[in-house]
Amino acid sequence: MITFLLRRLALTIPTFIALMFVTFVAIRLVPGDPVEVRVGERGISAERLAMFRHELGLDQPVWRQFVSYADGLLHGDFGTSLATNQKVLVEFAALFPATLELSAAAMLLAVCIGIPAGTLAAARRGSLVDQTLMGLSVTGYSMPIFWWGLLLIMFVGERWGLTPVSGRIDLIKFYVEPVTGFMVIDAWLSGQAGAVTDALRHLVLPAIVLGTIPLAVIARMTRSAMLEVLGEDYVRTARAKGLPAWRVVGVHALRNALIPVVTIVGLQVGTLLAGAVLTETIFSWPGVGKWLIESISRRDYPALQGGVMLISSVVIVVNLLVDLSYGLVNPRIRHG
Amino acid sequence: MDDCPPVAPSAPPPKGAPPVDRRSRFHGGRWAGPRGAAVSTETTSAGVVTRDPSPLAAFWSSFKENRGALAGLLVVAIVVLLALFADLVAPHAPNEQFRDAVRAAPMWADGGSSRFVLGTDSLGRDMLSRLIHGARVSLLIGLSVMGTSFVIGVLLGLACVAVPGVPGQAIDVAITRLMDLIMAVPSLVLAILVVAVLGPSLANTIIAVSIVMLPRYVRLVRASALAELGKDYVVAARVAGVGRLRLLFHTVLPNGLSPLIVQAALGVSDAILEAAALGFLGLGAQPPTAEWGTMLADAREFIRSDPWLVAFPGLAILLTVVAINLMGDGLRDALDPKMRRS
Repeated sequence: MITFLLRRLALTIPTFIALMFVTFVAIRLVPGDPVEVRVGERGISAERLAMFRHELGLDQPVWRQFVSYADGLLHGDFGTSLATNQKVLVEFAALFPATLELSAAAMLLAVCIGIPAGTLAAARRGSLVDQTLMGLSVTGYSMPIFWWGLLLIMFVGERWGLTPVSGRIDLIKFYVEPVTGFMVIDAWLSGQAGAVTDALRHLVLPAIVLGTIPLAVIARMTRSAMLEVLGEDYVRTARAKGLPAWRVVGVHALRNALIPVVTIVGLQVGTLLAGAVLTETIFSWPGVGKWLIESISRRDYPALQGGVMLISSVVIVVNLLVDLSYGLVNPRIRHG
Repeated sequence: MDDCPPVAPSAPPPKGAPPVDRRSRFHGGRWAGPRGAAVSTETTSAGVVTRDPSPLAAFWSSFKENRGALAGLLVVAIVVLLALFADLVAPHAPNEQFRDAVRAAPMWADGGSSRFVLGTDSLGRDMLSRLIHGARVSLLIGLSVMGTSFVIGVLLGLACVAVPGVPGQAIDVAITRLMDLIMAVPSLVLAILVVAVLGPSLANTIIAVSIVMLPRYVRLVRASALAELGKDYVVAARVAGVGRLRLLFHTVLPNGLSPLIVQAALGVSDAILEAAALGFLGLGAQPPTAEWGTMLADAREFIRSDPWLVAFPGLAILLTVVAINLMGDGLRDALDPKMRRS
């Protein structure tokens, strides 16, 4: 297990280095001089320009710039935003909990609906229920979620007035001290009547939108894993013992069918973060996805660079954890 | 040369080795055993083994069983025809502005007329015509992305195993790491980064999405090539003195083609979705191009007053993507029995 862990850890290092290199090169390929972008259109004197260049290290040879960039990254310096003059890491850290809260809610929804739906479809294979669920699943993972979000805003939010359509909480009614960064928890901690409900009402639509594709994928995956497991000998034994059908399917079969499903859940993290960019933009959710899009429109390339680097690091780390958790979920694959 | 990849004339393949002929290509790259196992050999009541049906017929008989796939195929065919003959079918030019009918309602709603079947947008352009021309743009994106990433993916995947001595070679490690990197960055974020560097345009959308799609082909080709390379028929071909390139492209690649075809079909729908998302964010095709994602972005501000403007472009995306995915699932079931869903 230790050897496997070390080997798996070692494998992520080249990926990190390559990621550093690519983000470094990408940002240098961007048309336009970063200094001129920062200075604005009115321009400044040549000396001031040279001073700025020196300050940003742009008068150094390229390889040295890369070394100092890599050195900065290793010390947690992901650059400085041109727009706010704040450290990228600080901005990211402030916004990331919002994205995390949204993603967690979306994943919770996807798992809580997807696994029972997939199990039901497998148990009633070929029936109308199965066909309906699988039809919904194809629709779900074909869904342009930005359109889905607009539809929900249009009907649930505007026409029926059931939920708010932007932000995380009603800022006029409630003042919530950011403690954990998770609005639902912070609202609860603030102790104001109705704050938690309001936060949840803000959360539900974005979570549905972001959870749609993972939900469809999980339902489908659960169904096919279940079908495979239902043909196994131990399921037949369980049936032969006279156990009720729900116990055979829901306990004996489901436990084993969940192994591939857990893997899929882990691998959906990339999908979630990509979807968060769209979902947050539509619902004005103040997370890293919306921030990334805004930094593009502001031509804030250091923020973009650092943001891509940080988001990818999250994915790499989560995938690593998923790999390591195989052994926990499936005792048959103990890495020795 | 003839159609059959060379099998050593002096060294017939050992028992159990797959017969290498063209029909085998439609029956899954992985061979479970001798011919009969993978190819449905029909036996008549007298016990006489009849000939296998032609690969295309076998494929079709399996494909047409799947009603969803047939429906998907039908819709895809319609979309393709609309795209091809957009200029003839569309009632108006996609960018023609009718100033007297700005944001007209669709014909069945109040105030709609048959002049604009699905209404007009905020600049008075005919929605139906723009949707039809949008099909052209979306298919163009989907197919170019698929073609680009497919060809480059196959080349890179084969390059991984090209050097004798198989995995662990420098080139293999380099390509595999690069693919790991591409997969570590969430698809849309990577596409956004590429577009930010290159600038937003239709061509750059195609480049960006192609890069995002690359790993799936590379990994698929690499894995199936590695599996095939160890097989007896490949060894036989090698013993017979088949050159490296011919071995890879003519002997190994065709036997791993089925999962690739399935992946390519599903890749088209993913590319369309991804490109529409870029368009929606304002980073894809630029106005006035009639692209479905861009049209949605334009319609966003009229979400309260004119819900139709939002409804139609999204519906077009959803319908096309569902159809391609249903077709892809049918392809998978027909071509790759081992990957069958049910």
